[in-house]
Amino acid sequence: MVAATAVIRIEDLTRVYQMGEVEVRALDGISLSIEPGEFVAVMGPSGSGKSTFMNIVGCLDRPTSGRYFLDGVNVSGLDRDERAEIRNGKIGFVFQSFNLLARTSALENVELPLIYSSNGHRSKSREEQARRSLEIVGLAGREEHLPSQLSGGQQQRVAIARALINEPKLMLADEPTGNLDTKTSEEVMAVFQKLNDSGKTVVLITHEQDIAQYAKRVVLFRDGKVVEDRPVTSRRTAEART
Amino acid sequence: MLKFLTILKVGMKAIARNKLRSALTALGIIIGVACVIAMIAVGGGAQAAVQAQINSLGSNFLMIFPGIATQSGARIFTGQSTITEDDVAAVKAECPAVAYVSPAVRSAGQIVAGNGNWGTSVQGVGVDWPFIRSWNVEKGAFFGDSEVRSAAKVAILGATVANSLFPDGNAVDQMIRIKNIPFKVIGVLESKGGSTMGQDQDDTVIAPYTAVMKLLKRTTKIDMFMASATSRDTVDEAQTQIEALLRQRHRLQAGQDSDFMIRSQQEIAQTADQTSRQMSALLAAIASISLLVGGIGIMNIMLVSVTERTREIGIRMAIGAKGRDILTQFLIEALSLSIAGGAIGIALGIGTSRFLAWKQQWPIVLSPTAVLLAFGFSAAIGVFFGFYPAQKASRLDPIEALRYE
Repeated sequence: MVAATAVIRIEDLTRVYQMGEVEVRALDGISLSIEPGEFVAVMGPSGSGKSTFMNIVGCLDRPTSGRYFLDGVNVSGLDRDERAEIRNGKIGFVFQSFNLLARTSALENVELPLIYSSNGHRSKSREEQARRSLEIVGLAGREEHLPSQLSGGQQQRVAIARALINEPKLMLADEPTGNLDTKTSEEVMAVFQKLNDSGKTVVLITHEQDIAQYAKRVVLFRDGKVVEDRPVTSRRTAEART
Repeated sequence: MLKFLTILKVGMKAIARNKLRSALTALGIIIGVACVIAMIAVGGGAQAAVQAQINSLGSNFLMIFPGIATQSGARIFTGQSTITEDDVAAVKAECPAVAYVSPAVRSAGQIVAGNGNWGTSVQGVGVDWPFIRSWNVEKGAFFGDSEVRSAAKVAILGATVANSLFPDGNAVDQMIRIKNIPFKVIGVLESKGGSTMGQDQDDTVIAPYTAVMKLLKRTTKIDMFMASATSRDTVDEAQTQIEALLRQRHRLQAGQDSDFMIRSQQEIAQTADQTSRQMSALLAAIASISLLVGGIGIMNIMLVSVTERTREIGIRMAIGAKGRDILTQFLIEALSLSIAGGAIGIALGIGTSRFLAWKQQWPIVLSPTAVLLAFGFSAAIGVFFGFYPAQKASRLDPIEALRYE
C-alpha cells in the first residue's frame, strides 16, 4: 500500500546515557514513520528527548537499541565514517545558531558539503550548485557576503542553502528560529514551506507552538516517549519576503 | 585526489585567515632552519679555511715536539725539553730523507721602534726556516749561519709588524728594541695574509733561535724543531729516520716509549679537521635545538587552534567531514606552516651566511646537503608536531563540538 519507501522508519528506539551510577533513558522505545513529502514538527519540553531524537535521526549519534531506517537503509549500526557519509549525502542540517563558518563567504559556506562528498566535484560545478542553492533561498546577489555582513534571517537562509546543496532526502532543522525574531522567523519558515511544497521532507524541532503551526504534522515528546502524533489543523502559511 | 586538493585549499585558507598568528608560528621554524644553515655554513667555512692554512704549511712538513720522559713504565713529566740543538743538527746530517731542519723557540714581547710600540710573538728559528715554511723575505735578507752562531741581535719583521712600526716602508736597517734589547732589522717577510681563527700570520717577528734563547728567554733548551722531507713521497721515510735517530741518541730501549712526538702535516690536518668538525657539530646541535623549539611552537599553536575551532570542526563533521578529512586538513596546516617556515629559513640562512662572509670576511661553505636536510627536517617537524593536534581534532565528537562555545 505504501507508495514509496519511508524517509524515516524507527522501530522501538532507545537511547540510554550512563551518568555515573544513574541510567538516563533519553529515548524510551519510540516507533515512528515519516513519509516522503511530509513536514513534521517535533515538539516537547526540554529534557523530553527531542534533541537526542534529532541527534540519532541526523546520524550524529547511535541508538542504544532499536532500529532506524533512513531512506530504507538500516543506519543504526553504522560506524563514524559511514555515518559521516550518510550525513553528507542524505541529510541537510539547519541549526539554531546558524553554524556558518566565520570569515568565509556565503558561497563558500554553501559549497562546504560538496567538499566532503565522495563523488568529488570540480570547483566550477561546486560554485554553480552553490549559486543555485542560494537562489532558491532568495539570496542571489549575496554570494560574496560574509556571515557577519548578513542579518540573522539571511544567515539562516544561507544555512538552509547549505543544507540543500547535496539534495538530501531529509531536511533536519533544530530550532531554526530560536535565535530569530517573529518577523524573521516567518521569513525562514516561508523558505521551509516552499521547499516542502517542492517535495522535500522536512523535520523541524521546536518548542514554539506558532512555529509548529507551519508544519503539517506535530509529534510531541515527553520523558523519552511520543505522547501525541497529530496532523496540524489550521496550518499557517508564511509570507515570503526578500 | 580532487578531494585532497580541495582540503589542501581549505587548509591554506585557514592559514591566510590568521596571518599574524601563522607568521609567528612559522617564525620558530624560520629561525631554527636559518640557524642550522648559517651555523653549518660558518662551521664548514672554518673547517675549509683551517684545512687550507694547514695545507699551506707544505705537504712535506714535519714538527718534532719534546715529549714526556718515561722511566720504568711510569710517565714522568720532567718539565724539561728532551730535544737539544745537537739532536737537530744530527737529524740534518744523518737522515737522508730530511732536506731542511730548523729549531724553534717561541717568545713574545713588546717591540719598540722610535715612537712605535707593538706587542707580538717572536719566533726564534734557524737558517732553513724560509725553505721549510716556503716563506720568503720581501725586502732585505734572511740571516745566515754566522748570525745564528753568534746569536746576533738581528730580526726579520712580519708584514703587519713592519707596517705598524715603520709606516713609511723603510724598516730595513732600522733599530728596534725587543724587551728592551736592541735588534737590527735586516729584512721584511712577504705577506701571508690573515688566517682563520682571527690569527694574523704576518703579526710576528723572526730572529735567530740562539738570540731568542739567550737574550729573550734565557734558556738553553729549544721548544721544538721543524723539518721538511726531500719530497712529498719521502715524508713517511723522513719520519721513520728521525724517530730511529732520536731514539738512538736518547738511548731508548726497544719497547720504551719515545720521549718526543713527530707530527706530520697530515696528522696536524687531521687533528685540526677533527676539532673543527666537533665545533661544527656543536654549532649544528645548538641550532637544532632552536628548530625543535620551533616545532613545539607549531604544536602549541595547532593545539590552541583546534580548541578554538572546535565549533568549526563540529560543523564540518555534521555536514559530512570524516575524521580523516579533518586530520588531513589540520596536518596540511601544520605542514604548510613548517614548510613555508623552512623555505623562508633557508633563504634567511643563506642570506645571513653571505652577509657574514661579506661583512666579517668569514669563510663560509654552503652545502646543498645541509639545505636539503634542514628543509626535510622542518617538514618532518610539521608532520611530527602537527599530528597530535590534528588527531585530537579528528576524534572530536560532532555533537559535543557543535555545542562548544
